[in-house]
Amino acid sequence: MALPVVPRKFAVPRAHQINRAPSPTIAISLPWLLVMLGSLSPTWPVIASFPLLPPIGFLFLVAWLQMRPGLFPVWAGLPLGLFDDLYSGQPFGCGVLLWSLTAIALDYVEARFPWRGFFQNWLLAAATTALYLCLAAFAAGGSIMQIGPQVLLSILLYPLLGRIVGMIDRLRLLPFRSLA
Amino acid sequence: MTPPSNRRPGFSRRAQYSNFAAYVIAAAGALVGGLLLIVSVRDAEAFSGARGVATDATSPVATASAATRSGGQGFLDTIAGYLMSGRENARMRKELALARVQLAEAQALRDENRRLKDLAGLSLGEAKPVAAARLIGSSSSSTRRFATIDAGGERGVRVGMPVRSPLGLVGRVLETGRRSARVLLITDTESIVPVRRASDGVAAFASGRGDGRLLLRLVNLGVNPLKRGDAFVTSGSGGLYRPGTAIAVVTQITSDGAIARPLSDPAATEFIVVEPEWVETETVRELPPQPAQPVKAP
Repeated sequence: MALPVVPRKFAVPRAHQINRAPSPTIAISLPWLLVMLGSLSPTWPVIASFPLLPPIGFLFLVAWLQMRPGLFPVWAGLPLGLFDDLYSGQPFGCGVLLWSLTAIALDYVEARFPWRGFFQNWLLAAATTALYLCLAAFAAGGSIMQIGPQVLLSILLYPLLGRIVGMIDRLRLLPFRSLA
Repeated sequence: MTPPSNRRPGFSRRAQYSNFAAYVIAAAGALVGGLLLIVSVRDAEAFSGARGVATDATSPVATASAATRSGGQGFLDTIAGYLMSGRENARMRKELALARVQLAEAQALRDENRRLKDLAGLSLGEAKPVAAARLIGSSSSSTRRFATIDAGGERGVRVGMPVRSPLGLVGRVLETGRRSARVLLITDTESIVPVRRASDGVAAFASGRGDGRLLLRLVNLGVNPLKRGDAFVTSGSGGLYRPGTAIAVVTQITSDGAIARPLSDPAATEFIVVEPEWVETETVRELPPQPAQPVKAP
């Protein structure tokens, strides 16, 4: 089996890997930061007249929960949803509720069906995201009809965001902290 | 290898308790979220302070990225311009010739209008804008339509003030932070603007549909007089929005009104102006006192 290739920019010479360990601060904080960065998408240079951009922060959270079960605690939806609510424009509390429920639901699925392939992961993410967007639209008083393109785009974008999560996951475990 | 289950951490009591506590906190989080949601649906202003602080914190970054956005669109326009230049040029020549004539006529009308207003002693008073600002972001994935501008309470922006671009009405200020404010766009489903047809003053309400277009509902029901291409401006009734601000053009006729496209697309707008709230009684106060007419017996 081919080993995952670390981009040359991040690759550490072999001799320097001896007596090194990943920094626990980075290994723990990087996933949270990535999800929060996704939640900041309303400040990106896109101004839309209708909802089109996928909920990037939510998709990152689902990707982390599926790729590294147990990395986020079950209650991760509470602080991350709260942060998302500050920027998303949804009624306050919508993110806290739905993100918490997502974390609990995915934890249950993980215990029930621990072995899943790529397409099963994608299917689960698609179902979760579609349900999340519908409930969010309902909470904001919008109609289900207008979020169709957004749901489709979110589902298509999920594998790409999963790759980004995989890259960050490799980055966060690079051993660069000296043990000496 | 199957991943280790998080649910059964072994015989350690400490691990079992902390695991149990995590699930309790998660359920409590969902409960708290539900309560917050109920409070904020009841009272939309409930958490505006927290959101104001949050948007203030990111507004410098967002301002920089807004500059990138308009630059990027200019770049695409340049490329498109090369491809379309021939046809575009011919069309614009024709339009320019027409526009010159119309400009001269409009100039004459404006002069006449000013003369008549002077005669009547009636002055609307030019609106002195409160602040000029940049649109720095919008709720991109929510079904609600908000935008963020980079001027806030420090520059005199207050809740309720109308926001417009050179092309027309954009929305009104909903929440203010110190250096940023949140704007309810006219395309939001909660936004209702009283409007009239620019040509003859047919009154209607323009409410957002949430998909970038507006729904025009006529005040007087009956035969629908609207046609495609009719331009609508704000009527100023009920206050808030200054009368005569361009807002939308009809694109599709429905049974009791029309669907219209807003003139100022927020995505293509970079700079906006915050205007003071329009007070309807202003004109009435400035009217000269009318001499009482004696009632004549028939």
